[in-house]
Amino acid sequence: MGGIVQFENVGLRYGTGAETLSDVSFDLAMGSFTFLTGPSGAGKTSLLRLLYLAQRPSRGLIRLFGEDIVTLPRARMPAYRRRIGVVFQDFRLIPYLSAYDNVALPLRVAGVEERDLDTPVREMLDWVGLTGRSNARPATLSGGEQQRVAIARAVIARPEILVADEPTGNVDPEMAKRLLYLFEALNKLGTTVVVATHDVHLLAGVPAAMQMRLERGRVTNPVESGRYPSSGPHGLAT
Amino acid sequence: MMAWHHATAGERRLLPEARLGGPMPWVIAIMLFLTVLAAAAGLGLRQAATHLRSGLADQITIQIVEGDHVERERQATAAMHELDRLAGIGKHRRVDSSELEALLAPWLGDSFTRGEIPIPAMIDVTLAPGGADRIDAIGEALKSVAPAVRISSHAQWLKPIEALIGTLLWLALALVLLMAAATAFTVVLAARAALDTHRETIDVMHLLGATDGQIARLFQRRIATDAMIGGLIGFSGAVVVVLILSQRIESVGSELFGAISLTTAAWIGLLALPLAGTILAMATARLTILGTLERIL
Ligand SMILES: Nc1ncnc2c1ncn2[C@@H]1O[C@H](COP(=O)(O)OP(=O)(O)OP(=O)(O)O)[C@@H](O)[C@H]1O
Ligand SMILES: [Mg+2]
Repeated sequence: MGGIVQFENVGLRYGTGAETLSDVSFDLAMGSFTFLTGPSGAGKTSLLRLLYLAQRPSRGLIRLFGEDIVTLPRARMPAYRRRIGVVFQDFRLIPYLSAYDNVALPLRVAGVEERDLDTPVREMLDWVGLTGRSNARPATLSGGEQQRVAIARAVIARPEILVADEPTGNVDPEMAKRLLYLFEALNKLGTTVVVATHDVHLLAGVPAAMQMRLERGRVTNPVESGRYPSSGPHGLAT
Repeated sequence: MMAWHHATAGERRLLPEARLGGPMPWVIAIMLFLTVLAAAAGLGLRQAATHLRSGLADQITIQIVEGDHVERERQATAAMHELDRLAGIGKHRRVDSSELEALLAPWLGDSFTRGEIPIPAMIDVTLAPGGADRIDAIGEALKSVAPAVRISSHAQWLKPIEALIGTLLWLALALVLLMAAATAFTVVLAARAALDTHRETIDVMHLLGATDGQIARLFQRRIATDAMIGGLIGFSGAVVVVLILSQRIESVGSELFGAISLTTAAWIGLLALPLAGTILAMATARLTILGTLERIL
């Protein structure tokens, strides 16, 4: 059985330049936890953008949830995107919405009733330590606080895949550990997690996690799907 | 599935609710002001045309232009008898001389009442249905018994007026359509500007799994609100102008002008314009937005 995420010989070229990603092939099992590492400019964000359906590849095959998404019609994309939570490298919070409304966004998009979303949103804000800041606009939040709002927004809808691009770049080590614990907790509930990071301390925080390294657009240590249990969450140290 | 125009309370909070943002409502107010005036003019003229046709088209006036008093009376009597037996005649009535004198006095003074100026004898005729087609035959028949007969059919001099009104009607309709097109183009521009301004938000919402329909609803709601506010402002202004104008027209008191009036149905038609404008704005906004979103992944 194939993994929840499958890349086969994927290439990505922006415009007419050289390929940003070349021959990228890997297979992530359902419930796995993967760190994506590599130097700046290696193509980590580009790879994740393919994964969260912000971009179509120039060549190759990508399967999500067992479905070919390279040729997926536009109209069917929202349904897939709702199953994926994303922490963007640059947060991409909606500037005129409060922290609360930013976190509530995925639930509202999914059509959750107003009366049903207050509790989860408040719990989520508690979790990332922003209880008192729920009415603040992003511009009035510190970089780390914005990052935590972004993370809360990515996980609130309990996505099947969580994609996080440098999710701890702006927080202190203590908060980084706390956020990582959040990802692990989600992973234990069955979410497949992919985290791009430079932070070696973060890597040490989840010893059982897979590591996939990108260099100049190529994967240097291919991940074998066989290394994961093909179903159920991956066992993680707590 | 949710109706395409309905945004839930939660969705409404996704975009800030800006009122009267930018010049859009004012452009629409001006458009609607002009549209309502053009439409009111059109409807008023149409009413006038109908009135003229029903009131006058089946009327003919027969004059007996004869200088000699005795001969004139003889021919008039003969013509009246002939009218009694002719087909296509509804009613006919000799306009008596005191009536004619009253009509002409303002122009001619009272000198003619002393018989100094001969005035023609006149017979008012209302044609029976279908009688209008027989005007020529009626004329022939009358001429044979009263050679001095002259027939003037009201339909004849109404014709150029009707043609003028018809042209003006088409012009009014064209103006309304042009205004609607201009409104639609304004909305297209406003919608594109709104999409540009909120491009980043749209991208994020897409990535969070929002459908094009959900995103379109947010924008079209705002645009429809703007259009409705602008429409009502323009409509109110135009109604004030129309009311003032109709008062002025009434005080002119002319039969031709007086016929220019607005029926209740016409007022309802005018009231539908801001509504139609809002719907047009909303539909245009939606099509523009969906068309633009289609080009984003
Ligand atoms: N939209 C784009 N258009 C053109 N080139 C792009 C675009 N996005 C990224 N690139 C290029 O692709 C390469 C990989 O960029 P990417 O953002 O994926 O790297 P990264 O590994 O995430 O780097 P970092 O660790 O600094 O975030 C870079 O050389 C970058 O300039
Ligand atoms: Mg990056």
